[in-house]
Amino acid sequence: MSRYFLDIQRLVKRYPPVRGNAPLTVFEELSFGVEAGRFVCIIGHSGCGKSTIMNILAGLDQPTGGAVIMDGHELSGPSLERGVVFQNYSLLPWRSALGNVAFAVRARWPRWSRQQVTEHSLRYLHMVGLNGHEYSKPAQLSGGMRQRVSIARAFAIQPKLLLLDEPFGALDALTRGMIQEELLQVWGQTNQTVFMITHDVDEAILLADRVLLMTNGPNARIAESVVVDIPRPRERGQVLHDPAYYAIRNHLVEFLITRSRELSGAEQPAAPPPAQPGLYPPEIHPSRDAAPVDETVPLAARRASLVR
Amino acid sequence: MLPLNLQALLVSVLLLLSLLGLWEWAVYAPATEQQELTEYELLMGGGEPQARVPPPSAVLGRAVEELSNPFYDAGPNDKGIGIQLGYSIGRVLSGYFLAALIAIPSGFVIGMSPLMYRALNPYIQVLRPVSPLAWMPLALFIIQDSTASAVFVIFICSIWPMLINTAFGVASVRRDWINVARTHELGRLRTAFTVILPAAAPTILTGMRISIGIAWLVIVAAEMLVGGTGIGYYVWNEWNNLDLTSVVFSILMIGLVGMVLDLALSFITRSVQYAD
Repeated sequence: MSRYFLDIQRLVKRYPPVRGNAPLTVFEELSFGVEAGRFVCIIGHSGCGKSTIMNILAGLDQPTGGAVIMDGHELSGPSLERGVVFQNYSLLPWRSALGNVAFAVRARWPRWSRQQVTEHSLRYLHMVGLNGHEYSKPAQLSGGMRQRVSIARAFAIQPKLLLLDEPFGALDALTRGMIQEELLQVWGQTNQTVFMITHDVDEAILLADRVLLMTNGPNARIAESVVVDIPRPRERGQVLHDPAYYAIRNHLVEFLITRSRELSGAEQPAAPPPAQPGLYPPEIHPSRDAAPVDETVPLAARRASLVR
Repeated sequence: MLPLNLQALLVSVLLLLSLLGLWEWAVYAPATEQQELTEYELLMGGGEPQARVPPPSAVLGRAVEELSNPFYDAGPNDKGIGIQLGYSIGRVLSGYFLAALIAIPSGFVIGMSPLMYRALNPYIQVLRPVSPLAWMPLALFIIQDSTASAVFVIFICSIWPMLINTAFGVASVRRDWINVARTHELGRLRTAFTVILPAAAPTILTGMRISIGIAWLVIVAAEMLVGGTGIGYYVWNEWNNLDLTSVVFSILMIGLVGMVLDLALSFITRSVQYAD
């Protein structure tokens, strides 16, 4: 039994040759894992195969080889156990915000009464702060609000695994920041395992417990698994002042700028080697499981007590 | 300044009045001096010396006369305009709904299956441009009933726009929405009804709107051929009676009914429209 809740084992995706060209190998022998209840981000350049991984995890695409094991079972095809938030929201435009969430809730619990479905859907809509927009159609909502509906829809079916495919890529920076914090709050309330694709280094540091770094494709691989050991609960304004923040950020940016290219095409590791650019020693993993942070103690003092 | 709608109404009314005035003036004939009628003229009821297009006032008079009692029935060749229009609308709707019953499900299948799309496309492309009236002799021979043949002609002319639009609408449903259905483990039938149908509904209804327009165009010609009842027969019958006033009046009625049918469909189309 693997220690991971979600275990990706020697995954291969290869496209057959087109008109005499060599077959395109997106990635080969890709292995990594996600622990239950953790928030894991994957970062890499466009075209490195992140979305392919996402589609395979969602069950929308078939791997050429390898297996994805979730909770002890191998995945085959899409399932309500995995909720997906797509980059382009993918809301049904003829349904209201509530209708879109209810659509998912009804699919998840077909025996529920109409009233149960509505109540449950409303609870999740309100969780993402969409009070007063329940009956608006997606076209009447701003991009940020649409993505909130999409997040509510994914959380409402209470999946074992939540997959976020660059959910904030199409939003402006201000809206993105607000929704990131909302996502953290909702996540904190639900104990969900989350796997997320992103382009945004700051976003990954704010949200994730671990960041997987993917080299450029084709033949992409996961070069490193970076631990983000900034204590939770995190807030945007506060995270910036954490002494670990810039160490982690520089590490990630440096990877994206140079090493993602240099390492491209190198030998695939059996598992991504861990990296811990933050200040904390590996045995301390301040996470959401840790005791609640005493807000009255200054940040620096808290840090000092952790690193002891 | 008046609102745009009111301005448009004003221009419409002015245009109508000036056109009617022009028409009235163009066909005006001064009353000829009453002369002794010849024996032939006495036999024929003493008509005008020259046949004329009726003036609008005469058409208006006929309209008032016909519409004040639209449903009288005084034998096969003398029925009220309401009865004739009723026959035509009945034929159009039965042929049209029969076509919808077949076109929409088959359009779904064709749209969802690239194989069927390719396999059936050549037949559709060959059959679609055939004038529906060309089917009439074959229909009369096989069905052996003129009314049913007229319904068949309506069926065959209204099936193509619905079939093609349904197939197109279904085939071009956004991949994302299908993926939403897949990630929510919706079965094929549930996907068809809760995702594909509402997504394709505006395109399907556009096809239905085109179809009803074509059906209403074709019924007049079809009824001229099969005869007996209906607005097409009525027009032809009045032409044979040399009663151009009734012909002009029925042209107006055909236009009005066609407009109502189109408005009804456009109303339904708007109710399934969504902003993306």
